Amino acid sequence: MSVKTLTIDGKDVAIEEGATILQAAKEAGVAIPTLCHLEGVSDVGACRLCLVEIAGTSKLLPACVTEVAEGMQVQTNTPKLQEYRRMTVELLFSEGNHFCSVCVANGNCELQDVAIQVGMDHTRFPYRFPNRGVDMSHPSFGIDHNRCILCTRCVRVCDEIEGAHVWDVAQRGAGCYIVSGLNQPWGTVDACTSCGKCVDACPTGAIFRKGETTGEKERDRAKLEFLVTAREKHQWIR
Amino acid sequence: MDTLTQATLTQPKIRFATVWLAGCSGCHMSFLDLDEWLIELAQHVDVVYSPVGCDLKEYPKNVDVCLVEGGVANEDNLELLLQVRQRTKILISFGDCAVTANIPAMRNLMGGADLVLKRGYLELADDTRKLPHAPGIVPELLDRVMPVHEVVPVDIFMPGCPPSADRIKATIEPLLTGHKPVMEGRSMIKFG
Amino acid sequence: MDWNELLEIAEHERSQQKPIRLHCCTSTGCRAANSIAVLNGLRDAVDEAKLGDRVEVVGVGCMGFCSRGPLVQIDPNDDLYEEVKPDEAASIVSTLTGGTTSAIKGDTQHPFFSRQMKVVRQHSGKLDPERIEEYIAVGGYQALHKVLYEMTPAQVVEEISRSGLRGRGGGGYPTGLKWATVAKMPGEQKYVICNGDEGDPGAFMDRSVMESDPHLVLEGMAIAGYAIGANHGYIYVRAEYPLAIERLQKAIQQAKKYGLLGSQIFDSPFDFKIDIRIGAGAFVCGEETALIQSIEGGRGNPRPRPPYPAQSGLWGCPTLINNVETYANIAAIINQGADWYASIGTEKSKGTKIFALTGKIRNNGLIEVPMGITLREIVEEMGGGVPDGDVKAVQTGGPSGGCIPASMLDTPVDYESLMAVGSMMGSGGMVVMDQTTNMVEVAQFYMEFCRGETCGKCIPCRTGTVQLYSMLTKILNGKATKADLDAMEALCYMVKDTSLCGLGMSAPNPVLSTLKYFPEEYRERLQEAIAPTPPVEPTEQHGTATAPELLAQ
Repeated sequence: MSVKTLTIDGKDVAIEEGATILQAAKEAGVAIPTLCHLEGVSDVGACRLCLVEIAGTSKLLPACVTEVAEGMQVQTNTPKLQEYRRMTVELLFSEGNHFCSVCVANGNCELQDVAIQVGMDHTRFPYRFPNRGVDMSHPSFGIDHNRCILCTRCVRVCDEIEGAHVWDVAQRGAGCYIVSGLNQPWGTVDACTSCGKCVDACPTGAIFRKGETTGEKERDRAKLEFLVTAREKHQWIR
Repeated sequence: MDTLTQATLTQPKIRFATVWLAGCSGCHMSFLDLDEWLIELAQHVDVVYSPVGCDLKEYPKNVDVCLVEGGVANEDNLELLLQVRQRTKILISFGDCAVTANIPAMRNLMGGADLVLKRGYLELADDTRKLPHAPGIVPELLDRVMPVHEVVPVDIFMPGCPPSADRIKATIEPLLTGHKPVMEGRSMIKFG
Repeated sequence: MDWNELLEIAEHERSQQKPIRLHCCTSTGCRAANSIAVLNGLRDAVDEAKLGDRVEVVGVGCMGFCSRGPLVQIDPNDDLYEEVKPDEAASIVSTLTGGTTSAIKGDTQHPFFSRQMKVVRQHSGKLDPERIEEYIAVGGYQALHKVLYEMTPAQVVEEISRSGLRGRGGGGYPTGLKWATVAKMPGEQKYVICNGDEGDPGAFMDRSVMESDPHLVLEGMAIAGYAIGANHGYIYVRAEYPLAIERLQKAIQQAKKYGLLGSQIFDSPFDFKIDIRIGAGAFVCGEETALIQSIEGGRGNPRPRPPYPAQSGLWGCPTLINNVETYANIAAIINQGADWYASIGTEKSKGTKIFALTGKIRNNGLIEVPMGITLREIVEEMGGGVPDGDVKAVQTGGPSGGCIPASMLDTPVDYESLMAVGSMMGSGGMVVMDQTTNMVEVAQFYMEFCRGETCGKCIPCRTGTVQLYSMLTKILNGKATKADLDAMEALCYMVKDTSLCGLGMSAPNPVLSTLKYFPEEYRERLQEAIAPTPPVEPTEQHGTATAPELLAQ
């Protein structure tokens, strides 16, 4: 197998032929933000976060699907790319309903991480507040479409790894949503093996395990009384 | 002598305000979590308007820095915010509700104000089903809850639900010496 | 089927045709204006006048002047009747025997007709698209025979390259180069695809070609199959074109019956079959990678290129994909030679192009013109100008194109010139706008179209178009500020630069071109921003000097 040498942000990298720029960047220790990319499943080049500039072409190319070539000069973090990435993330936040503070994925969310990575302190686009619905029909899992960024990682992991193909994308444009089975409640889809791969593949809190969400938390009515007793009588009893 | 103290000696005090729009006041609670640094802050600023630090009922003119907590949900919020913008040099969107409209904006998913009120006061009411109507006392809801920057220009965005006391300090402290805080990285701009 | 048999069929067909033919358009446009009743009326009138021995009534394809349909033309004297009503049929037939008619007579010497140059539409409106014999009678399938017996595949590719033909779907990629690439790709199985998923608002050139002369497309595809080494072709037609589908199906059956498609065409070793695939209504399926996925039975989503379909297309095989009009040019190039074809048009844009001329203009319809003709000639001479007042702009290229202002009407119609003024050739939509047209509304209209048609796969196109649409709406409502306008422009460039496929990359063009040529129409709708008012009076006792410095940073 032959090897290609290229530079990424000025760093020399050698990598086997057929590798993608994203793999080469990883090798070179250059972090390129991604959302729809998931190690182990096919790449679709949909989120456009990993776009890079390549000397000699005016077109921005997605690092996840673009193969390396000999002598390629790649720039991953030019001011233009930084601005476009930030706008992309802002568009995502304005598109769905991402209320981090009450989200099951808060602190463990790739969308949240990418927002930090691209320096997004607010979104310049008006929020759209679509009402996209939640499906809690599955006994173990739930899907909150409001938090979905349509990266299709769940679709691919279910199709390519589990082989069940429970998920796909329905409708088009702003009406797109992740559909289960033949557009039926998730819990009624016979093909679902309840393997939970989609839960793990989801970069946000859109697909989650039941019992972990803020809304499902059980109220502890006795807590207040406990605190009062503790403070006033110095007795830590329940 | 540290730089802060030096700044205090050479410069007049900063006119400082905080306002509370549609939010849970958690950001203000977090502000109070600054604890002893509040005392230091007080040496550099005059608190000219704040639900937790001042009794003035009208937002004064010539404010230097104002922390705005909460989204813009009703006519009172809107009126106060416009006033704040006109009378303030540096307006800081303080916390997720101000920056994203956050939890108060969850009602936007239901549609306009009428639908929200109907749901809350008629459909979900146990008894005394009645829409609130008290002009001049209860402010009318806006159709949509908006983040602050959709209404007026904002100078600094401080996300967080709530922003931690450390983040609040890291945002305000540079301002006291005439520097703009660097709002970057997990410690400064993580939402939620 | 061999060469002599082909000539015999042609000869027999010509001998059977009556000396006088009454052509009545039965394509979608005239059909909608009740042309079938006119056709039947003409037939009854011919029977009644007992002219059947020397007159025949033929349902033909599109004649081009669609806004004046139903159209009836008398061959050979060329009399054209417009907006014919069924009860006028008898009187039109009576003119053949010295009678008169009240039917509106068209001016066939008008520049709308006389300035046209018909290569693709040469037989459109003159033959019955449902009878292969009529196509054979005018020389049909002779080009296919020629390539099979007189040319090697490489020579065919060379001929197409030398002709200078470029893709008529809008991009203008050199057709010969595309063919050469697919021909050179290794692999036993290759495919030919005809893109008939025409979807630009107001554009119906390809529909007209498929409805009026379906065999021309089939012949072009078969020649392409021979040239690149493919034995299987697909025509992808949108479901909204039922008549085109019906006629293509008939044409394929007839061609198969005569041995012009299928196994061992013209008794040569070349096999080529064509199947039709019907689109389900998505504009984005006109994008080649989405179209291929749709044929494969998947969701019509584009995928990143490279690999291009020429490398890895339908079911991973090297695939040639061209537009309907491109294939419709092939037979003429083979028959009359690359040099002849290359003599038409400009240096870089050869041949002719069909446009759907619509909007605020006197003569609406389909025109085929040589490349290099100016917009002014098309709009003012052929189109007869704007009915009321002056031209303000011409929109070309549909939702991917841009608005060209009246001051630039002398721009020649070729790929490079249109691109240079911020528009594009596109598939051939040409919408004329007069002074009453609000350019921001035009931009909003196209953005609404793109917003509804984006597949939703990539973020910039899926949600950028929604934001752009609401920004345009905000401007139209007088609620936007200068900052909003700047933000909109920045978003336009972002969507253009980062979208996955051509739909998103070109979606901002109508906004950018109107913003470039008609900036005042945007600016006059802006309102003042709610600006922070810096304190006018000096601060009483406190205040700080640092804050303004901060804001200035």
